[in-house]
Amino acid sequence: MIRARAAMLLLAALLAAGQARATEAIVTGLSQNRVQITANFDGSEILIYGAVKRDAPAPTDAPLEVIVTVEGPSTPLVIRRKEKVAGIWLNRSSVTIDAAPSFYAVATTDKLDKILSGTEDLRHHITIPHAIRAVGISAEAANSPDFIEALQRIRLNEDRYRVAEGTVQLAEETLFRTDVALPANLTEGNYKVGLFILRGGKVIDSQERLIGVRKAGLERFLFNLAHQEPFLYGVISLAMAAFAGWAASAAFRFMRS
Amino acid sequence: MQIYLPIAEVSINAFILLGLGGIVGFLSGMFGVGGGFLITPLLLFIGVPPGVAVATGANQVVASSISGVLVQMKRKAVDFRMGLVLLAGGFAGSWSGVQVFAWMTARGQVDLFVQLSYVLFLGLIGGMMFIESSRSLLRARRAGAAAPVRRAHVHTWVHGLPLKMKFRASGLYVSVLPPAAIGAVVGFLSAIMGVGGGFILVPAMIYLLGMPTKVVVGTSLFQIIFVTGFTTIMHAINSQTVDMLLAFLLIVGGVIGAQLGARMSTKLKAEQLRILLAVLVLTVCFKIALDLLLMPSELFSITPVVLP
Repeated sequence: MIRARAAMLLLAALLAAGQARATEAIVTGLSQNRVQITANFDGSEILIYGAVKRDAPAPTDAPLEVIVTVEGPSTPLVIRRKEKVAGIWLNRSSVTIDAAPSFYAVATTDKLDKILSGTEDLRHHITIPHAIRAVGISAEAANSPDFIEALQRIRLNEDRYRVAEGTVQLAEETLFRTDVALPANLTEGNYKVGLFILRGGKVIDSQERLIGVRKAGLERFLFNLAHQEPFLYGVISLAMAAFAGWAASAAFRFMRS
Repeated sequence: MQIYLPIAEVSINAFILLGLGGIVGFLSGMFGVGGGFLITPLLLFIGVPPGVAVATGANQVVASSISGVLVQMKRKAVDFRMGLVLLAGGFAGSWSGVQVFAWMTARGQVDLFVQLSYVLFLGLIGGMMFIESSRSLLRARRAGAAAPVRRAHVHTWVHGLPLKMKFRASGLYVSVLPPAAIGAVVGFLSAIMGVGGGFILVPAMIYLLGMPTKVVVGTSLFQIIFVTGFTTIMHAINSQTVDMLLAFLLIVGGVIGAQLGARMSTKLKAEQLRILLAVLVLTVCFKIALDLLLMPSELFSITPVVLP
């Protein structure tokens, strides 16, 4: 009898939890879902916007917060450290990282440590250290925290990794929007946009969207030619150089005569 | 005006690139050096990845050298025969240099090796040229207009070697062995250091072969065209790091600069020209030496792994 009542209570609790999850959900939009890199490409600003859909009145226990992440394609890296040997600074030790995101941006409505709990961060890989670890770190690299720290520091300085706290605008706990500026030195590939809504440090709902970044036009043509017909590409490069050299010489001779 | 470079995968102001090409082209036309030892560090400085900087720099040097050599040809200041002998040695040297380079890469110390060769050779040659040319400049000043003329025909053991050949444009009758050997050394060094080798070739032709300064510049440029052309093709095939768009912008600036530089070179005296080149070489040497000796502000560096 007691066991049956306990089971009933548990079921009720689960249902309530299920309903609580379902009461608030994300609906999102992107200003563009592909970016074309052409010759005059100088970075691109992407508007990420959305709304929170509700079946019931909004809970009032904790304020709603929004986090938006953008993660670029990952590439393998070698991180090297210089040491002084016989008066000369040279690369002594190195650590290989199987994959690290080429770009990573986090935008939030408020301070990250205030709106996101540690366990939720671990589960959803939101902050930079967790995002890097989620992508893939070798055992060798895991034992060298200095190197991972250096990776973050250098990429933060280069503006490849960014934390922009408080840049997501949220209106009436319903509509939100943020702009993420993609830099000019983009790597080709699929950029993952992650959207999270949170209350009291817990993620209530999340969504993932993709932005395809591709070279286009002349950039595409030259890139393909260089990789598919390398010899021809080299010969064309030389021919261009030879022609330009001759043309300049001829032009100056013409100007003087 | 920003422009996105398809191979380097960075966006850089087009006018900066035109200007860089122009400056290096000017020096190239003036001194008969390819400018590889300048363009590569400069490209790295503005954010072009190292592999692309070396390969595209070589492509740019081809264009400015052709532009410069055409001016010199009109002046009949190119010794083609000497150029071909140097080149024969050059290809052999370059081939063996590539082997050593691969061996050093496998041992993981190629960066240091390249930097040390830069410091050593730039310092040695820059220093020698600086001392010699300032001495002859002082001598010329003291003696007034009647400065002693450098004699090209001082007979040494070099003139006893077999396989003699007449180099009319240089006014020399020497064995082909010394120029071929010099070409080989230059080819070897240029494969390792990723440069055309003009800054080694020019003083070697003046001091070791005794060639008159007026044909040295044109002959050096002639040889550089082929060495850097070979390098460009090798890089395009092996690593796909030649950025045609980047090369195009550098070339447009470079060929114009080379024309101006070649004309400027006729207005300066040979000693002045040599002393300026010496100062330039020593400056680059000093900069690289400082990088090795001073503690860098960031000890760590990130290199993307190139997938095979």
